[in-house]
Amino acid sequence: MTKATKHSKISRRNFLKAGAAVAGAAAGSGTITGFPTIWAQEIKDIELRHVGVSYSVVKAIGDQAAKDLGFKVTMQNLDTSAAINRFITQPDTVDICDLEGWQAKLAAKRGVIQGIEAKKIKQFDNFLPIFTKGELNGVKIANEGISPYAALYLEKKDSTELHKGMADWLTNVPQVYNADSIGYRPDLVDHPVTEWKDLIDPKYKGKAAILDVPAIGIMDAALCMESAGLIKYGDKGNMTREEIDKTIDKLIELKRAGHFRATWTTFDQSVQLMAAGEVVIQSMWSPAVAAVRVKQIPCVYAPVNKKDGKEGYRGWCNGMGLMKHLTGKKLEAAYEYMNWYLEGWQGAFVSRYGYYSPVPSTAKKFMTATEWAYWYEGKPAPEGITDPFGVPMEKAGTVRDGGSFSDRVTNISCWNTLMDEAAYMNKRWNDFKVA
Amino acid sequence: MKLSRNAIGWLNTIPLLAVLIPFFVVPILVVLMASFMQTDGFGGMFMDFTLSNYAGIFTSSLTYSLYYETIKFAVLTLIFSSVIGFWVAYFLVFHVRNPLIAMGLFLVCTVPFWTSNIIRMISWIPLLGKEGLINRALLELGLINHPLEFLLYSSFAVVVAYVHQLTIFMIVPIFNSMARIDKRIIEAALDAGASRLDIMRLIILPMSKSGIALGAIFVVSIVMGDFFVVKVMSGGGSASVVGAFYEDVGVLQYPNAAASAVVLTVLVMLMVALILRIVNIRREIAR
Repeated sequence: MTKATKHSKISRRNFLKAGAAVAGAAAGSGTITGFPTIWAQEIKDIELRHVGVSYSVVKAIGDQAAKDLGFKVTMQNLDTSAAINRFITQPDTVDICDLEGWQAKLAAKRGVIQGIEAKKIKQFDNFLPIFTKGELNGVKIANEGISPYAALYLEKKDSTELHKGMADWLTNVPQVYNADSIGYRPDLVDHPVTEWKDLIDPKYKGKAAILDVPAIGIMDAALCMESAGLIKYGDKGNMTREEIDKTIDKLIELKRAGHFRATWTTFDQSVQLMAAGEVVIQSMWSPAVAAVRVKQIPCVYAPVNKKDGKEGYRGWCNGMGLMKHLTGKKLEAAYEYMNWYLEGWQGAFVSRYGYYSPVPSTAKKFMTATEWAYWYEGKPAPEGITDPFGVPMEKAGTVRDGGSFSDRVTNISCWNTLMDEAAYMNKRWNDFKVA
Repeated sequence: MKLSRNAIGWLNTIPLLAVLIPFFVVPILVVLMASFMQTDGFGGMFMDFTLSNYAGIFTSSLTYSLYYETIKFAVLTLIFSSVIGFWVAYFLVFHVRNPLIAMGLFLVCTVPFWTSNIIRMISWIPLLGKEGLINRALLELGLINHPLEFLLYSSFAVVVAYVHQLTIFMIVPIFNSMARIDKRIIEAALDAGASRLDIMRLIILPMSKSGIALGAIFVVSIVMGDFFVVKVMSGGGSASVVGAFYEDVGVLQYPNAAASAVVLTVLVMLMVALILRIVNIRREIAR
């Protein structure tokens, strides 16, 4: 498979252009005036609908793709649960579905996606091995929960079960990912936070918050319990009923003691809670921490490196899946679109948000040396760093919280998931909510 | 051609039926059917008649806690919005002499509703927060030493947001029924020596009943069917019936969610029936 990619010197796009030209010639016009015109004619009516969560399916990226590729791209945002419901119940209203690992597993099982041919993905060989082999720099990446590697492969184009180990077909093309941990106010928390247990420390009673999306909130909670030595888990990404019960009971106990000021569900809510002084420590996403800092409020993203089999980040990854109904030119356009993602423009764009590209080698081409040093290498920024809209964000000399890319990613200890006991867990999570 | 009275009646109801059947009856039937199905846990559903979804709901203490919370919010909202709505409507109808001004003030009541629900709700946050306007003012006046935490992310905040959002649904029907009270009845009562309290108790209140009942139907059904206000204003500290089954849908537990939805629909219908039982709206309106 890998060899085939290296040998194919004709890019997909050129091939298509040529094909279109031949078709045009065969139609009997006889005068070939320019291949791209014909290609443009053929594709200008194509519209791709890319549907998914707001931090992954971004309008600015879709607009740039449409500009570069010449067909229409519509980005539609839904929250995680609405998105998977849309993919499963109305698959024909979506062309490219944005999937997390666990969603890829479900979408494959329900037969709403088609396998993606790995050798048609031009940058496939440049993918970081986190995705293709489950390792980075020789370090095995955690596989608690559903890791991007575990959810990547299908045996055949129409398989409904994930394939263990490498194969020629993919469920999705990873495009953006990150490692989540805790955000805190360094001016109001008296020591640097490096362990999850600080989130449930009684010192911060009434000033802490936790993420209220049951499937991942429970993992943040589990990381806290494990860190505090309260509960031992077999697999935080797939808990037993007993583990769920213990975790929720402890959460209820904390809630009754007034530990949580609030819980949050959206990016904006977490920024709001921290910026308005409602909480001083909470589970948080890296760009949300940055958004608090842009408001001139000190906020630190805790580096929770693994130690003694505890701690670690909760990782997530979103990738693009192809809906089963795609055929013909639209399918070709969808491949073009996915390939465009990996050429670097998008990688650089998401990196400025603090996320990562699965093909950093191409993203680097679209980033300044300063940005690369700061976002990926974990070095002090040689110059000031701006956010994606050019607003100054960090002064020269600042080092990114959590350090370099490989420090952060190799310290992921579990991935977003849907547990086997999800229905039970959800019910218990609601017990926590009404308690 | 002459149509019978009966046929004309049916013809008149066609537009309503054309909306209700495809957009209400059919979806409800689909949900009802789904509530008796089974799932493989990954979003797949198969028809194998079961009552286990309902059994699960009625045997779980979670259901009762959720209904307790939601009904608590509905009742509190109903009390506050009807008291406020009643007095606003009363003022507009009986104290503002000029009908043009009354109409104008009535329209002013609707001004906050020109923005979206969500904006109206979220704008409470900077007001009620720990470092919000109210807490800051109280702290500076020296009335409190610590910010009052119950103001935001609490049941209090939820009720405030609901009352703010829903009082208009009380004002409109109450205003409407009060405006139809013949002023001469009140003059006659005054002439006959009735006190202000008697007039309120014996004339205005009974004659505004239909308005209050209509308003109550709006308020109760909206609160019972909402989850967003609870989620945001309680800071996730409280849950609601709809919020819980929305999360079921999130993990593709469709039959479970469908059964919860059916139970809620039946309960809300019973509540509406109870309100209609207490106040015979048809008779009151025909009056």
